Amino acid sequence: MATLHTIAMTVNGQTYEGKLEARVTLADFLRHYCDLTGTHVGCEHGVCGACTIHVDGRAVRSCTMYAVQADGSTVKTVEGLARDDQQMHPVQEAFREFNGLQCGFCTPGMQMTIAAYLEENANHSERELRELISGNICRCTGYQGIVKAGLRAAERLREEQN
Amino acid sequence: MGVKNLGAAVHRIEDARLITGSGRYVDDIKLPGTLSAAFLRSPEAHARIKSINLSAARKIPGVIAAYSLSDLDASFQRRMVQAYPNPAIKTDITPYPLAKDEVCFVGEPIAIVIAENRYLAEDGVQAIELELETLSCVIDAREALKPGAPSVQSSSESNLAASLNWRFGDIDEAFASADHILKESYFQHRGAPHFMECRGVLAQFDSAMQRLVLWSSTQSPFLVRRYLAAFLEREESSIRVIAPDVGGGFGPKAVHYAEELVVAIAAEKLNRPVKWIEDRRENFVGTNQQRDQWWDVEVACKADGKILGIRAVCIHDNGAYVPYGLLLPNTTIVPFPGPYSIGAVDIKLQSALTNAVPTTPIRGAGRPNATFILERSIDSIARALDLDRAQVRRMNFVRKDQFPYETGGRLPSGITVQYDSGDYHKTLEMALTASRAAEFETRRVEAEKSGKWLGLGIASYNEDSGLPPYEGATVKILPTGRVLVEVGSCAQGQGLETIVAQIASDYFGVSTHDVLVRTGDTDFPALALSTVGSRVAATVGPSVHLAAQQVREKAMKLAARDFEASVNDLEIVEGRVGIKGVPGKSIGLGDLSRRLLANVNLPVPSGFSPGLEATAYHTTERPVYANGSNVCELEVDVQTGEVKLLDYWVAHDCGTIINPRLVDGQIIGGVVHGIGNALFEHMKYDRETGQPLCNNLGEYLLPLATEMPNIHCEHMESPSPVNPLGIKGAGEGGTIPGIACIISGVEDALKPLGVKINEYPLSPERLLELIDERRQKRAS
Repeated sequence: MATLHTIAMTVNGQTYEGKLEARVTLADFLRHYCDLTGTHVGCEHGVCGACTIHVDGRAVRSCTMYAVQADGSTVKTVEGLARDDQQMHPVQEAFREFNGLQCGFCTPGMQMTIAAYLEENANHSERELRELISGNICRCTGYQGIVKAGLRAAERLREEQN
Repeated sequence: MGVKNLGAAVHRIEDARLITGSGRYVDDIKLPGTLSAAFLRSPEAHARIKSINLSAARKIPGVIAAYSLSDLDASFQRRMVQAYPNPAIKTDITPYPLAKDEVCFVGEPIAIVIAENRYLAEDGVQAIELELETLSCVIDAREALKPGAPSVQSSSESNLAASLNWRFGDIDEAFASADHILKESYFQHRGAPHFMECRGVLAQFDSAMQRLVLWSSTQSPFLVRRYLAAFLEREESSIRVIAPDVGGGFGPKAVHYAEELVVAIAAEKLNRPVKWIEDRRENFVGTNQQRDQWWDVEVACKADGKILGIRAVCIHDNGAYVPYGLLLPNTTIVPFPGPYSIGAVDIKLQSALTNAVPTTPIRGAGRPNATFILERSIDSIARALDLDRAQVRRMNFVRKDQFPYETGGRLPSGITVQYDSGDYHKTLEMALTASRAAEFETRRVEAEKSGKWLGLGIASYNEDSGLPPYEGATVKILPTGRVLVEVGSCAQGQGLETIVAQIASDYFGVSTHDVLVRTGDTDFPALALSTVGSRVAATVGPSVHLAAQQVREKAMKLAARDFEASVNDLEIVEGRVGIKGVPGKSIGLGDLSRRLLANVNLPVPSGFSPGLEATAYHTTERPVYANGSNVCELEVDVQTGEVKLLDYWVAHDCGTIINPRLVDGQIIGGVVHGIGNALFEHMKYDRETGQPLCNNLGEYLLPLATEMPNIHCEHMESPSPVNPLGIKGAGEGGTIPGIACIISGVEDALKPLGVKINEYPLSPERLLELIDERRQKRAS
């Protein structure tokens, strides 16, 4: 029997504990232990970006990180992206406004990637924004709506900061 | 009729759940006691199975069961059902649910392990002892058809899956009277689908109800039910198939796969829910693809560029089995002559079995291939006769005054191919104007000064979208007054719920939010087929329209009886039927619906049938022809072989536009799929061993945001006379001309060198090779 590790982390402001094997990925921990199925698994080898979440404020791929590595961390998933007051995050609002999604499978990861970068710096050009999401694959939209949404969300965040 | 949602750029009703992570894809559905499955797949392209030993797998704690074919009931040890029987299939060979004694491609399922979780199921797969005897294999479809080629299936006499011929007109006469006959050979390769959500299935056998329930990441719940019922020898009514949120489909999810069958069988055998979620590595070897075609094409034309006839032979890579009839090869030949008026066509296709994943349609199916041949042919005429590429298209287009235009071909049903409506010349002009094509040569000269090679690509197309026969719809007024629409059709990102709500809402003067739309469930009253071939908006849309119209008429009639008024004096505003010009006198739709519910001893009002609801079908025998032209501007770096896409313009006609926001999304996404095929995606195999040379998204390149241009859409609406709403399909209209447009642009950029491009995908290495070959030829 494989060794089980007891871990705990704060996800979207709530504490989750688990007893699991070292090989369980963070994505699987969130989806199957915490029932937070908004984080999607698209490739399991760190290329498509669908599983992107925030760990201690940084965008990471939860399919190539083990849950035990996130022990003690503060995690945010798409379920926690909306503002506390039940308002959508500007990135979410902009995705809806500019058709940044179709099937919705890459959407949580795409939104988490953009949100992390914009919170750091909301002054990106279109070219820079395209670079920022070049680690997230979308097969439906051709990226155009996503890029427009990202630019609009950045504008919103700049307005809020001023 | 009050609010007009049909045609408006309303926001999608799907988005609220999808942007918050509350969508429900198959792997998000949790049933108590669910087990996880993993498959052992063939590591070889062709081998005889000498032995499979599952005992070590079964001993692993947490592994519940492991099965190979011989562990299943004897009645399940047979080949799967042919999805689309066709007398033209020469070698009608479908797979077994699990391989019997031979494996014919890398990735073919051999055994299933079912465990408490996926990790343990994969441990089980690792522990299986498999002994294979390698057999010779063939990957290249041309080699497969040569005498003495290795047999793809040891049981079949030949590697020829089917021979097809699409012909009309007098082809010999066309070639006899030609001023010029141009001959070219082409290679086309469209890779793998790579929807972001891999396939997945969850099966539950309800022993009390004796009913099998299957959630599948599918485009075809009704077909999955049909084939499951046929194989399992159960009544269709004892099987329910549901397509929940589906993360992309693009064609291959329309096919019924062995995994659905095996997981269903396992769930019944174990009497516990069983879930299998494909991982990306499996997806590379287990999900159908659309790979190689080799073409030899001859075009007969007059000195002015007018095409008289086109004659071609195509060898098509069928893969190891024929699970889906001849849909892909057929859609390769039937699109001829595209948007052009060409008197004689003779296309012969041989579909060759190969030891690789079966090929079935991916976005556009064979149409992008046919369009590539037609568009390359047009460009080759312009090149050979020194004519303007746009002018050769104009000269050959079907003219506006020729609609309905009969090409001379006949559909499999026997009826003539008839293009319904459009203005092919106009959409070409729209694309040329938007792209400022007239000033392109000035831009080219300007760019040359700084050492840049600019090219302008052009491609036109039409598409037999909205394929017959029907997708049904049920519209029902709920006691709350809200409108419920149930359609068996399902969506994989197209926004079906939104467009259905748009169409229905107008009949009741309500907003789209007052319409509940449910999709993709075989328990719904109306029959459905499949979300393929850009067909759902054009088939389910008119059915929703008919059903909503019937419900509206019934509600008005019932209210007229109450008000003792004429129906003509009534109107429906915000879900209430009232008398025109008499404020305050109205009745809610919910109240009316309750009158038609069953109440003890209360008869149904005379002249009315029970229920304020209707199920309707718009049936059609003809497809509707979406069409348009694309133009792109790009830059080729002749030092590195890089193609930089600068801008892309689409002018298209998908008939009545239900929602411009959604149409743009479909078109832009479709173009990008075409760009992927043209420049990046290549599903390579080792020719000797049949091993796939890419099985991850680092090696198989999908389009990324950094490489994609901005795509500008111009719409022209020529409503189709084939359905009451005038809708044509939009799902594939970006992909179909996209490949040809990019290749046309690259060739145009290299015009000073005279490089001819008769193939795709065009990697930088390959492009440099073509440039070098041309330079060497010129030097010698």
